[in-house]
Formats: sequence, structure tokens, C-alpha cells
Amino acid sequence: MSQKKQSLAYIISASSVGTLIEWYDFYIFGSLATVLSTKFFPTDNPTAAFLNTLATFAAGFVVRPFGALVFGRLGDLIGRKYTFMVTLMLMGGATFAIGLVPSYATIGGWAPFIVLTLRLLQGLALGGEYGGAATYVAEHSPAERRGFFTSWIQTTATVGLVISLGVIMLTRSSMSKEAFDDYGWRVPFLLSIIMVGISFLIRRNMEESPMFEKAKKEGATSTNPLKESFGNKLNLKFVLLALFGATMGQGLVWYTGQFYAQTFLLKICNLDDIQTNTILVIGLLLGTPLFIFFGALSDKIGRKGIMLAGMAIAVFAYRPIFDKMYETVSVKNKEVVAGSEKIEETRALNAKSTVDSLITTTTTRSYTDGATYKKVSKLVVLADKSAEAPKADVKETITINDSDKWTLIGMVFLLISFVTMAYGPIAAFLVELFPTKIRYTSMSLPYHIGNGIFGGLMPAIATFLVTTAKDSNKAAEEAGQVASIAKPYLEGLNYPIALVSVCVIIGIIYIKGDKKHA
Amino acid sequence: MNAIKKILGLVWIALGVAAGIYLVYFQALPLWEKGGNDLVPAIIYTCVLAPLISIGMSVFGYYSLTGEFDNV
Repeated sequence: MSQKKQSLAYIISASSVGTLIEWYDFYIFGSLATVLSTKFFPTDNPTAAFLNTLATFAAGFVVRPFGALVFGRLGDLIGRKYTFMVTLMLMGGATFAIGLVPSYATIGGWAPFIVLTLRLLQGLALGGEYGGAATYVAEHSPAERRGFFTSWIQTTATVGLVISLGVIMLTRSSMSKEAFDDYGWRVPFLLSIIMVGISFLIRRNMEESPMFEKAKKEGATSTNPLKESFGNKLNLKFVLLALFGATMGQGLVWYTGQFYAQTFLLKICNLDDIQTNTILVIGLLLGTPLFIFFGALSDKIGRKGIMLAGMAIAVFAYRPIFDKMYETVSVKNKEVVAGSEKIEETRALNAKSTVDSLITTTTTRSYTDGATYKKVSKLVVLADKSAEAPKADVKETITINDSDKWTLIGMVFLLISFVTMAYGPIAAFLVELFPTKIRYTSMSLPYHIGNGIFGGLMPAIATFLVTTAKDSNKAAEEAGQVASIAKPYLEGLNYPIALVSVCVIIGIIYIKGDKKHA
Repeated sequence: MNAIKKILGLVWIALGVAAGIYLVYFQALPLWEKGGNDLVPAIIYTCVLAPLISIGMSVFGYYSLTGEFDNV
């Protein structure tokens, strides 16, 4: 018994470490997007700027379902272990290579194309990894504790994000800003090869999944997993049910709670980036044990109830929670310290030359509760007076006091708790929905469409909706009309709220809810 | 419950078609006209989300309508 327990602990650790590293690799690209854009995607080159937007917001996510198909098929044909070894190496190799790519200044237009290609490879690898790890652990686990054991795999995405933020913060703090911008940003990418190497050594000694081995010995493996998964109506209906009744809502709840919360605080509330990341990391660390809790609970009371409850609560709680976050940061609710406002203006004027001029205006303010506000406005005055004057580039930054910081941590924790309810039991749920011979393929596709496409694109779509709502209000005001959208900053939530609501309805009606393992 | 699933089948088909039209006509089309970086969300709406939701929901609705999910 103890031998079995030890071996299961090893299996879970080895699988989880590899998956965690893959998440780390995937996230550092997003976390370092600003630096990467200056190195590989100069804004004065429209093609490069377009590729930047594509690489940062879409490519890595959209390609994930294709990775699920390619590697899911391999996993059902040749085995889980070999396939997720391949995905690990592919992810590690692509990440390491990003750290080595010469900048746009050195090799020109090749740089953005190479980086975009490597980002696509990262997405492909991630598309193959998760299904393999979840299937592998689930096929080793006893049925009555499958939710608990697979929930360890579920923690890896969150821990991977925390580690990626930690490594970036450590690297940043260990060198000057100039050194980090020059070469330091490459360190988190290059470090990946060491982590992947260690994970490879650990995974190398793992044995194939017993269920797959048994199926292979009995000749019961699939010869064409893609056809059996998606060309067969009997299985396709379960793939669609898994997508529209579970993973679509789960992916949206996950990305809203874990990633859009960060985007919302940074770009919509204009909270200082260090405070934002600190709040996020503390909220994530406090919430992570709940993945295990809800995974284990799903073994006792069933998967369906917990997942759908998490999604349903999220639907009703999103607007109040994000509104509270916005109001907590907003300086409109704070009292300015008398005489604290300072306005500085620097002008780099070139009146007689053909060079453009730059006017930088910096406004700072303090508030009675300890908050601070800084607004930097950069206006380029074109030498060519006949050209259309560009808009000023305005960046606002707010810092808040400790009390407000803990309020935001509480809000993030609530969001993460919904994530853990929806995401904790889902690996076990998906594994139990499909037969061994096509499990890897069948569960990977709905998972990565739900998480990669519906979820992964969520922060970009939501931010876009907020910007559109603000522009609409601004246009109305300029036309002398009353702004029609009362809280434009909450408009981005309409996307997850609408789709998660549909998912909850489908889940309640179509997914069978046994007392256990349903 | 099976009768509800059959009725909902029609709802999902209608929702799929409506979502596809909304995403392409009301969301993507203005962005295609703007061009530049707005092409990225336009591509996502037109080539990824619209077909995924409209085809996926319609097939799901069709299965529901034809009783494939009865007793599931």
C-alpha cells in the first residue's frame, strides 16, 4: 500500500512539475510582452506592430486546439508518456530559442516572424501537454480519489504564473533597468532550459499509463483517434457537451479571475504595476489550496455541482466585484491633500529644424488616505505643420494604501475561488467522459477550445469592449448628448457573463449528475 | 427533460446563427474597414469565434433536437 502511495505521489509530482514548467514558459512571454515589443516589434513598422498584437494577444491561444489535435492523436496512438515528453521538449526548446533570437535592430524583419513562429510552437506544445498530464495522472488514480489526484495538475497553471512573475521580478531586481532592457529580459527565457532539463530527467523514468498499457496489450487502442473522436456522432456529442456545458464556462471563469483581473487593475484602473502584481500573487497563493479542496470535494459530492456552482456564482458576482475594485482604486472617491498637486512641463522644442518636438507634462497629486496619482502626458509637435497632429500619449498611474490593497486582495481571492470551483474538478470530469482509447484526443480539444480560445482571448476582447464603450461615451459627450453607458469600465464583463450563463444552462440540463464522479 | 432538450435544440441553433451574424456583421465588419491593428480582433471574430460558436452551437442544437442527448 505504501509502495503504491509513494509511486502515485511520484507520478503526480513528475507530471505536475513538467506541466508547471510548460505554464511558466507560456506565461513569461505574456508577462514580458512590453519588453519583447520593443526588441522585436517596432511600432514604426506597421507589419511588425501587427505581428506584435497577434503574437501577444492571439497566436499562442488560438493555436492550442491544433496542438491538442496533433499531440492528442499521438498520445492515443503511441502512448501518453512519450507524447508529453515531446511536448515538454518542444515547449522548452521554443522558450529557450526566444531568449536567443537577435533583435529587430540586428536582423530586421526576420525577428518578429521568428518570435511569432516560436510563440506558435509554444501554443502547440501547451495544447498537447495538459491533456497528456491530466490523462496520465487520472489513469493512475483510483476512481474514488481521481478528483483529488488530478487537482494537483490543476494547480500548475496558477503556480506557473506565480513562478513566472517571481522570476521576472527577481531578475529585474538583480540588475539595473538598463541592463534588464538590454539583455536581462532574456534570462527568464534561457532559464527554462534548465527547468525543462530537470523535468525531462524526472519524467524519463516514468512508466506508461496502466490503462493505456492494458488497452495496448488487448489491441484495444484506436487506429484513428481523430476519426473516432470527431467523426463519430456518439463521441462528438460528448465533445460538444464537454465544450459548451463545461470547458467554455470554466475557461472564461479562469481567465476572467486570473488574467483579466490583472489587465483590469493595470489598464482600466491604472493601478501601479508592482502593486498590481503583488496583489495578484498574494491572491493566487491564498486561493491555490482551494484547487485541491474542490478537487477532493468532487470525489465526495460529484463534479458537476461544484463546477457549475462556481460558474453560476461568478456570473452574478463579477459586476459587483469588478465595480468594487474600480471604486477602490479610483481617485474620484478620494480627497486631495491641499497644495500637493505639482505640474512639471519639459519641452524639447526644435522650432527652426525639421525635427519633431516633444512636450512632456507630469502631474502628481497626493490624497489624504495615502494614495498617489501621477499622470505623464507626452505630446509630439510635428515639424511638418501640414501633417495631422498626433494625440498625446497619456499614462496615468495610481498607488493605493495598504488597507485598499488588502481590499483588492480579498476581491482577487474571491475571483480565484470561483476559478478553483470551476477548474479544480474539470480534469477528472473530462477524463471520465471519454473512453481510454480516444481519451487524450477527445478531452484535449474541448479543453483547449474552452481555455485557449474562449478563455485565452477573453482579456483582449474584454479590454477592447471597454475601450469601445469609452469611445462611444466620449463621442456622445462631444456631440452634446448624455453618455449612454453608465459604467463603461464594466462592459468587458458582458462577454464572459453571456457565455458562462449559456454554459451553466447547458451544464445543468445536459450533464448527468450522479452523486459521485458525475 | 427530453422534451425540454428538444425545444432547447432549436434555441441553440438560433443562438448559434444569431451569434455568428452578430460577430461578423456588427463586430468584425467595422473593424475590417478600420484596418491596422484592428485587423487582429476582426480576424478573431470572423475566422475563430464566429465559426466556432455558430457551427458548434448549431451542431449541438441539432443533436439536441434529434434526441441524441436523450437519456445522456
